[in-house]
Amino acid sequence: MTNLQAAENLNSNLFQISALETFRRNLENNGLDLTRANCTTLQINVGLLCNQSCKHCHLDAGPSKKEIMSEKTVDDVLDLAGRFTFETIDITGGAPEMNPHIQTLISKLAPLTKTLILRSNLTAIAEREQVLLLQLLAAKKVTIVASLPSLNETQSESQRGKNSFATSIMTLKKLNSLGYGLPDTGLELNLVSNPTGAFLPSSQEQTEKRFRKMLAQKWRLFFNNLYTFANVPLGRFLTWLENTGNLESYILKLAANFNSCTLDGLMCRSLISVSWDGYLFDCDFNQAINLYMDGKKKHISDLKSLPGPHDSIAVAEHCYTCTAGSGFT
Amino acid sequence: METYYHPKDLPKFAEISEGAPELAHKFFDYYTAVFAEGELTQREKSLIALAVAHAIQCPYCIDAYTQDCLEKGSNINEMTESIHVATAIRGGASLVHGVQMRNIAGKISL
Repeated sequence: MTNLQAAENLNSNLFQISALETFRRNLENNGLDLTRANCTTLQINVGLLCNQSCKHCHLDAGPSKKEIMSEKTVDDVLDLAGRFTFETIDITGGAPEMNPHIQTLISKLAPLTKTLILRSNLTAIAEREQVLLLQLLAAKKVTIVASLPSLNETQSESQRGKNSFATSIMTLKKLNSLGYGLPDTGLELNLVSNPTGAFLPSSQEQTEKRFRKMLAQKWRLFFNNLYTFANVPLGRFLTWLENTGNLESYILKLAANFNSCTLDGLMCRSLISVSWDGYLFDCDFNQAINLYMDGKKKHISDLKSLPGPHDSIAVAEHCYTCTAGSGFT
Repeated sequence: METYYHPKDLPKFAEISEGAPELAHKFFDYYTAVFAEGELTQREKSLIALAVAHAIQCPYCIDAYTQDCLEKGSNINEMTESIHVATAIRGGASLVHGVQMRNIAGKISL
């Protein structure tokens, strides 16, 4: 199943699992509609290069990847961010810190938006040459969203690789020392905890409470918010699900936990996602299967107006991830 | 029937209400209330359930509460420790009855 393609046919699902209703048909059966609201967020994937090869990565990012946003595409992104107004701009990867143009991007995007976010794996930023980047992030008051799946080293490293846990703790200490995650600094540090396997995430509220208590007790670490997200069955995580015989039960579990209340808050309703080479998607997950926004491969330089209320959203069966339980916003 | 236990039977649990709906209703309401967040967190309750599942050796419960513990954010070390608690109590319950043995043996022995 290496070349997944979202099917147009309502009866044919992405994963070829007979017991799985297609996502679109499931919406129809429930009398539901998933269309866009106002577009308020620009998400930029600056490349698939990463210092880690996390087992749950939906984009199969890793150290050998050559897909990195070029200076030309960075310019196109800056032009896009200048042409339209975005309340939030969200930079992701791979490890965004490894893109050679990341400092330019951050410096020039910061004045264009209320909230600029950098998604960090907490290890790429720990490299010695990243000291200037850390200072820049703090100076521009960039919100950091950092991965920390578990408070248990073994469990965390089963997802993110050897030695990643101690480095992550060290980076969190460094971020706290810069003022990140502390009251009244304006430097927001948010954590993301993905399940370390083929199961649903724990309750966000309860996990945040436990992480806050344990991180403070064990390491004197502080953060602002914690988000729990289910793993998306694409990329390297899909390969793992297939190889371990977990695919069918996992997808069916996601579908069985479909919660229509999540639809209103889905991120695909209010963001555009730009791939490393400058093409437009409804979300970062759709990039993994070349499921383009509005069904057409369109470059950001050709975008004349932002998608708006009632415009369509490209969906496939991986979308059950964002609608399971409390959802993914 | 190849085996008395089959994983696909677990989701059929709710069908038990077809026999005595009122009793099942009361049971499932109670069950839901027990596992709600209270003085104990849902994560702690799930770990207790996992331990009890091992004590009573219920394959359905072991399957369900292994997944539930992971989904509540527990890790394999915590889950293993909880099973040791069940094991200690089960083993201890046998051993402590040795007191009865000693009482009886003491009474009838010279």
